[in-house]
Amino acid sequence: MRGAGIVAGVALRESVRRRVFVVVALLTVAFLGLYGLGVWRVSREVTEFGDFQSGVDGDVVAGATLLGLSMFATLFLGAILAVFLTLNAVRGDAERGLLQPLIVRPLGRGTFLLGRFAATAGVCVTYTVFVFLASVVITNLFIDWWPDRLFVPAFQMAVAVAVLAALALGGSVLLSSTANGIAIFMLFGAGLTAGLLGQIGEALSSETLQDVSQVTSWILPFEAHYQNALSQITADTFGFSRFAIDLGPFGGAQEFGWFLWPFTALYLGAIAFGALAAFRRRDL
Amino acid sequence: MAGVPDALAVEDLRKRYGANEALKGVDLTVGEGELVGLLGPNGAGKSTLVKIACGLVQQTSGSAAVAGAPAGSLPANRSLGYLAELFRFPDWLAADELLQLHQKLVESRGGAAERRELLELVGLGEVPDRRVGQMSKGMQQRLGIAQAMLGEPKLLMLDEPTSALDPAGRRTVRELLETLRSRGVAVLLNSHLLSEVELVCDRVVMIARGEVVAAGAPEELSRAGGVEVTTGRGVRHFAQATREELPRIVRELVAEGEDVYEIRVLRSSLEDVYLELVGGR
Ligand SMILES: Nc1ncnc2c1ncn2[C@@H]1O[C@H](COP(=O)(O)OP(=O)(O)OP(=O)(O)O)[C@@H](O)[C@H]1O
Ligand SMILES: [Mg+2]
Repeated sequence: MRGAGIVAGVALRESVRRRVFVVVALLTVAFLGLYGLGVWRVSREVTEFGDFQSGVDGDVVAGATLLGLSMFATLFLGAILAVFLTLNAVRGDAERGLLQPLIVRPLGRGTFLLGRFAATAGVCVTYTVFVFLASVVITNLFIDWWPDRLFVPAFQMAVAVAVLAALALGGSVLLSSTANGIAIFMLFGAGLTAGLLGQIGEALSSETLQDVSQVTSWILPFEAHYQNALSQITADTFGFSRFAIDLGPFGGAQEFGWFLWPFTALYLGAIAFGALAAFRRRDL
Repeated sequence: MAGVPDALAVEDLRKRYGANEALKGVDLTVGEGELVGLLGPNGAGKSTLVKIACGLVQQTSGSAAVAGAPAGSLPANRSLGYLAELFRFPDWLAADELLQLHQKLVESRGGAAERRELLELVGLGEVPDRRVGQMSKGMQQRLGIAQAMLGEPKLLMLDEPTSALDPAGRRTVRELLETLRSRGVAVLLNSHLLSEVELVCDRVVMIARGEVVAAGAPEELSRAGGVEVTTGRGVRHFAQATREELPRIVRELVAEGEDVYEIRVLRSSLEDVYLELVGGR
């Protein structure tokens, strides 16, 4: 535990010294600013929209769709952070000779991985939850709407990026930096595509598309958590508003039920086990 | 000495990298407080052996133990200090911060005093705040040596620690090694600088193509050059003869009616022995 704390501390200190957090903060401010601008523009048009379609609450549809967009972007930013913080944690650093001086210390390879995971997941989770909550508040500043659930979707977004961080860290044991970065972004893309397929499948009532999407989301559970988070923000919305949201790009998200939680725990455990086994066998 | 485990004990150690057999059954011990030089040509397996002892590389078979604990275990790693031949420290850390980090990792209680002393010892006392990224290669190597000495390890494994050092730095390291020996620290030194090894090491182990080809004290290894006698009929070479046999050889030559003009006891240098044993490759 002590060793893991030291390793995590070094990883965080490196990010601070390399100004990673400054860059991320600036970009996030820019993102949230743009998002606010978008919400404001939409809010001025929603009023008319609501007048035309009776039975559809324009604020709900606009709010849910915009927040869905922001969640998509937030997950993407969280994924970038997760990938870049762990990209070269093992093999990349070993190839450069940075890892060996640490590993010969009485530390243990498992402790090293744990420390790196704690640092990355800590940063990514904090970041994702912050951006999600900030988006919720910004949405409400201009549109009179709050999501139906707040903490569960925030938590699920956090779990989604934690899964991505675990995948990237596990990947760093097997792959060199560039290959790992590409691999994780491809998995990320595959997950998102699967989610979109499912939404299209829902709109077209296509069982096959929805099945493909389901299976892929179980294989890449960050997507399942993201889908769940999306569906949670309109959990209590029904009727014509629901119908209108489902037709939008961020509606029609699938739900994955309680089994997703133990499944995710097992999934993370499997990554940890595989990564550690591979790391233990790796000559440095 | 009974009961005190060797600082390093390696038995029938083998390592395969795919089809390439880097170590083919190496036996080696470094006793407590002993300074052993590991010599051998490029690709002989020296670094592989040291990496196995540090737990960085997994052996194919055989055993390696550091202070009685299996190589790679936490107690083994607690007893050793290591400087790799190709290493890098994070370029954003200052010299003192790097040592502080490693002090935490080895649970050293030396504090600022230990860091200051080690930086002084390796000649970086003036620049504790300089960042690794702004250090020359030799300065980084000096820092690496200081880092390896943190926490008073029982066994220090240095893989070509002076490859980037200036002549003064090399002498500093030699003196450092002698100080360490006097404190009872065992050292395994990989080096291509035969003169350096000859000067400081208690024992030398030569490996070539993954096998030990010679082992012994430097003066033992560099003996056996034979005797050369210049007589009236030319130069005669007695390859196996030693200094002790000289009077007998001279008596015999004189008895045979030879005129003896000059006698030389040949002492091949460690370099000659090395080149002979490893085939000059
Ligand atoms: N990671 C590796 N993968 C495959 N083969 C390796 C690896 N590391 C070393 N080898 C091989 O093992 C053999 C021994 O290499 P090693 O680095 O131990 O030599 P060395 O004696 O330290 O040489 P040098 O004096 O050049 O440092 C060489 O044939 C080398 O090609
Ligand atoms: Mg070497």
